[in-house]
Formats: sequence, structure tokens, C-alpha cells
Amino acid sequence: MSTRKIEILVGLFVAIAVGAFLILALKVANTGFAGSGDTYTLYAEFENIGGLKARSPIKVGGVVVGRVAAIELDKNYYTPRVRLEISRQYDNFPETSSVVILTSGLLGEQYLGIQPGFIDETVHILKDGDMIEDTRSAMVLEELIGQFLFNRD
Amino acid sequence: MVLDQLQRMGAATIHSVMGLGRAALMLLGAIFGKPSIRKGTPLLIKQLYVVGVLSLLIILVSGLFIGMVLALQGYTVLVKFGAEQMLGPLVALSLLRELGPVVTALLFAGRAGSALTAEIGLMKATEQLSSMEMMAVDPLRRIISPRFWAGVISMPLLAIIFTAVGILGGHLVGVDWLGVDGGGYWSAMQANVDLYQDVFNGIIKSIVFAFIVMWIALHKGFDAVPTSEGISRATTETVVTASLAVLAFDFILTALMFGG
Repeated sequence: MSTRKIEILVGLFVAIAVGAFLILALKVANTGFAGSGDTYTLYAEFENIGGLKARSPIKVGGVVVGRVAAIELDKNYYTPRVRLEISRQYDNFPETSSVVILTSGLLGEQYLGIQPGFIDETVHILKDGDMIEDTRSAMVLEELIGQFLFNRD
Repeated sequence: MVLDQLQRMGAATIHSVMGLGRAALMLLGAIFGKPSIRKGTPLLIKQLYVVGVLSLLIILVSGLFIGMVLALQGYTVLVKFGAEQMLGPLVALSLLRELGPVVTALLFAGRAGSALTAEIGLMKATEQLSSMEMMAVDPLRRIISPRFWAGVISMPLLAIIFTAVGILGGHLVGVDWLGVDGGGYWSAMQANVDLYQDVFNGIIKSIVFAFIVMWIALHKGFDAVPTSEGISRATTETVVTASLAVLAFDFILTALMFGG
């Protein structure tokens, strides 16, 4: 077989491999080269974050609007403090909004749900670096079972 | 009696250590004895064709079928829990993390490794290697190095192709035949697969396996007893040793990457 033919076939082989890698990176792992775009940061404090992790999704009505950037413990009050990174596309949440830790399915992974609050002329829109005051902690299954057992008698 | 036993034990130890030493020297020669770009590239491309392109068909077919079987088996279990939307992550993660690199390495050892051992063993038996040395051509540079690098380059590429085809095969069975929601298949996969944690670790595994398989295959051929029986034994040893080494290293790499 001529050298040219062999070189073409090897080139084709490498091209197929690059295509397969692009499928894996873009379609399977969903890591776009464009990145997730512009984001802004909000903070929220919870009593108990349950199984929430960094990179957990933040959803509004089921639509993903951002991701949890980091979780740290407040040194003075020992409450978990969650940093939310939300896409610039959704930058009009009023300060009356509340954040809830929800579970997808009964045993699924946990995510943050934002419930947008009402807007009138005295309510500000949340800006970069603001704290969301109204939060509700994660439902911890063991605590629920405990309550159920103690309330029975 | 005791002395005979001792002597046999010592001889066996010296023999195996010497074999290891020759293998290490050969590996060093293959890695660093890279021929010049102008002379080496045609040799490398020829070997990429023999080792990589000709292995493409078996990789494509087995990747497709393994993905299809994974989807079929996974579906029958997941549907009992009403969790069939997790079929995508199941297929993708098992292929990316384990089956892609490992099965590719096993197939590669059988398809390309055995052929390389037989080829080099026969070169040794017909004294082609000795005649090269007579002509002041280093067989490590001329014969071993291009084959080694061709294997190390092509095996990760083959593993990537295997994984991608397997995921498409899983889509074929899961979505098109068994009726799992197609959007859910991809979106659950995207939510659970991480580019660094899963895709890159799989590729790293595959590169390590490529080193192991190529090293064993080339060394067994280079070190074969130059008779027809010796070549047949070397070929068998290549497939057996390389497969076992790949499985053992897979456990170690998995423990390092995902165990912590």
C-alpha cells in the first residue's frame, strides 16, 4: 500500500478519535468551551444544608439558573454559609425571595430552589454580594423519622 | 539435596531479575532512543496504521455491542426502581471510568500486542535484528521505538472511540428500542459526568495501560527464544501477562482515582 494511502488512513483515524473526544467532552460531560458565561454572587445562611455540595444546581421552578460555588461554616454562629453563583441572565430576583434546599425525588441529590418574592416600590432587587435572608433548611430524613417516632405517644 | 534446591531457587531469581533488567533497558531504549523526526516519522506513521487503524474495526464493533448490552442489562434492573432515567449516567460512567480503557487494552493486547510479539520474535529468529546491528542500525531505534510510540499514541485514541461508540450504542438500545426518554438520557448523563473526574481519568488510565501492554508485548518479542516454539510461547505470554497486568493496574488506578 502506498505511503500516501497509509498517511490518509492514519489521519482519518486521528480525526475520528478527536471527534469522539469532542462528543465525550461536549455532549456527555457538557463542558462547553464558552464556559457558563457571566455570573453574579449571592449569599445565604442555613441552619442545616443536609447533602448540598459545591456545584449543586440552583433552580427556579425547575430551571437551572446557577450553581453553588462554595459552602463554608460561619465562625461566629456555626451556621453554614452558601455562596451562590447565578447567571447574569437572571439578575432580577427581589430581596423578598426565599431559598430552600430541596431534594430531587425521595432519595435523589439535593439542590437549591429559589422562590421569587413579591415586588413593590419598597423592595430592592438583589445585587452582586447580597445576602438572601429568608432561607429554609434541608429536609433531613433521620430528623423527620425521629420526630415521627417521638410524636407517636 | 538442599543445596540443589537452593541453587535452583537462586538461578530462578537471577533469571527473572535479568529478564526484568533487559526489559527495563529495552523500555529506556524505546522511550529515549527516538529516531530523528525526518527518518522516524514515516516509520511511526506506518506503525500507527498497523497498530491503530487496523484495530479500529474490532474496537468499533465491540464498543457498540458493549454499550448495547450495558443499556439492556442496566434497564432491566433500573426499571424495577422506576429509575430508568439514570440509564445514561450508568452507561456513560461505566464506559468512561472502567470498560472503555480496560476492554480496549485487553482487545489491543490480543489484536496488536500478540502480532507485535510474533513479528519481532520472527525477526529475531531469522536474525534480522542481528544483521541490523551488523549494519550499525540500532534495532531499538529502528524496530522497537516506532512500535512502542505507535501503541502509546493509538491506544488512548482507540479507548476514546470505544467509549463514544459505546454511549451511542447505549442510546440505540435504551432510547430507540426500550423507550427511555431521549432528553433524559443525555441530561442525566451531563449532570453526572465530570470532564476532569471521569473523562480525563479514563484517558490517563488508558495511557498507563498502553505503556504496560506495549512494554510487555515488545519485550516478550525481543526476548523470545528464537525458535518456532519460543515464538509461540512468547505470543501466548504476551496476551496472558498483558491482560493480567492491565486488570491489576486497573484496580490500583481505580483505588487512587476514585477510592479516596
